Amino acid sequence: MEVPILKQGEFLIATFQAALSDADLNHLRIGLIQQVVRFRSRGVIVDVTAMDVMDSFASRTLREIAHIIRLRGAETVIVGIQPEVAFAMVQLGLTLEGVATALDLEEGLAYLNEKFKTTN
Amino acid sequence: MPAEEVEVAISSDQDIVLARQKGRVMAIELGFSSGDATLIATAISELARNILSYARNGKIVIRRMQGPSRVGIQVVASDKGPGIRDVDQALRDGFSTSGSLGLGLPGVRRLMDEFGITSQPGQGTTVVVKKWRQ
Amino acid sequence: MAKRDGGTQETGTRNNQGANLARTEASSELLRELVAHLRQNRTQLREEWVSRIAETRLLTAMTKEEIFAEATSVYDSYVEALETETFEALQAYARNLSERIIPRGVETHEVVGIVLLLRDVLARSLFAKYQTDFKKLNRILDAYEPAANRIANTVAISFVQERERVIRQQQEAIRELSTPVLQVRERLLILPIIGVIDPQRARQLTEQLLRGIRTNRAKVVVIDITGVAAMDATVANHLVQTVEASRLLGATVIVTGLSPEIAQTLVTIGVDLGKMNTVGDLQGGIEQAERLLGYKVVPSAEPR
Repeated sequence: MEVPILKQGEFLIATFQAALSDADLNHLRIGLIQQVVRFRSRGVIVDVTAMDVMDSFASRTLREIAHIIRLRGAETVIVGIQPEVAFAMVQLGLTLEGVATALDLEEGLAYLNEKFKTTN
Repeated sequence: MPAEEVEVAISSDQDIVLARQKGRVMAIELGFSSGDATLIATAISELARNILSYARNGKIVIRRMQGPSRVGIQVVASDKGPGIRDVDQALRDGFSTSGSLGLGLPGVRRLMDEFGITSQPGQGTTVVVKKWRQ
Repeated sequence: MAKRDGGTQETGTRNNQGANLARTEASSELLRELVAHLRQNRTQLREEWVSRIAETRLLTAMTKEEIFAEATSVYDSYVEALETETFEALQAYARNLSERIIPRGVETHEVVGIVLLLRDVLARSLFAKYQTDFKKLNRILDAYEPAANRIANTVAISFVQERERVIRQQQEAIRELSTPVLQVRERLLILPIIGVIDPQRARQLTEQLLRGIRTNRAKVVVIDITGVAAMDATVANHLVQTVEASRLLGATVIVTGLSPEIAQTLVTIGVDLGKMNTVGDLQGGIEQAERLLGYKVVPSAEPR
């Protein structure tokens, strides 16, 4: 399943669809990191608005993505987690600890912009 | 009538997605709220994932339950895999913040109203979870 | 039990089984015959039905034109169900119809009433047609009645289910309106919790808060538990989960009014209070929230 990755200035925006299988998530992880390297992006927004279920594998994948991207000196922010999905996640103990989160694309961009303003 | 029962064989990662989608559809058909349908779909996803990780294949059966004055959904996840040696330990993991500790069974139990498990080393595992409509 | 009785019963059963099989085959043929009759006389029977509906003053919420339009579809679905002996299409139609007429104020007894009226109008027409052949009339009715009753059942159940769904939706909407989540400033929500909380209410509050965060685009939430006397471990866990879930939506939670007892409960269940954002009282909490909002970068979004 294709996951659109858009370049927005120094940032990349990856929009996850619903019904991504484990294989899809793995492809996504590899593709996203390749793009970060290619464009020397400083920030990545992963938009999971369309994901109706976030299970342990999806959660682990997101944390791994954030971790690897940080090793490349870039910052990841996850946006668009639905209220119901967030509720289910915390019941399972999936808190995405160590990964920045924001409400939506707009907030995610604001977060990244602020972060780079203060670190610069 | 909406389907009484749906069975999904689990042997690939796509089956995990299929099983949880069917679970969500049945939950909505049974009148569960969208939030509850998400909890049910998430539980199914985890149970299917366990089957794949530890037994390589098995099945998920999602069934409508009719109580005297309420309606519910039952999910039975079964496999003929290696089984769990210490079921009590598996259920005692507590809150795992990484989400990757073992089978995540305590998490599945929190998602649903009722939870039952039978497992014998060498004989496979069956997990039965239920949720009643509010 | 005497042997004689057992013997007679056995033979009787065998005969009955044979009779049942024959009856089922004959039933299908008879159904086909009566379906043909109902189709041929469609216009007249439908009109008769509609005038009976008007007579009995059912469906007063609908106009004559609307009733006539729906009557045509209902009649056709009814006959089709008789013909195919399957009920999925009828069920789908019934649900669809219910969705349309429930907002108009149509009630269950009206829907049941009109379906039974149709059943009777059609039955009478069968009487009229087969009145000269009493045996055949009986067989026709034997074929018709179970199917007609099943149709009535199907339609009634579909209507009731749809009605229940609508009521649940309305209740949900009412619950939303009475949410205790307050927006006091832009991007700032306050959730004052008072009294006794059981796990179910805790869960409701969490869901309302998360939806509120989304709707109001809140970046900071102040949960005030000054008014909560005690909390058991389950509810304390819900509080922790609420904080964690809020963060997933990009909001920071400040907990205010934490009593020593509740603080102890939290520690007991393994919460690191150092990680939880707590302030003594609500006012202090709001002030801290405003400070947080003054800075664009929200600290808890930093990776730990």
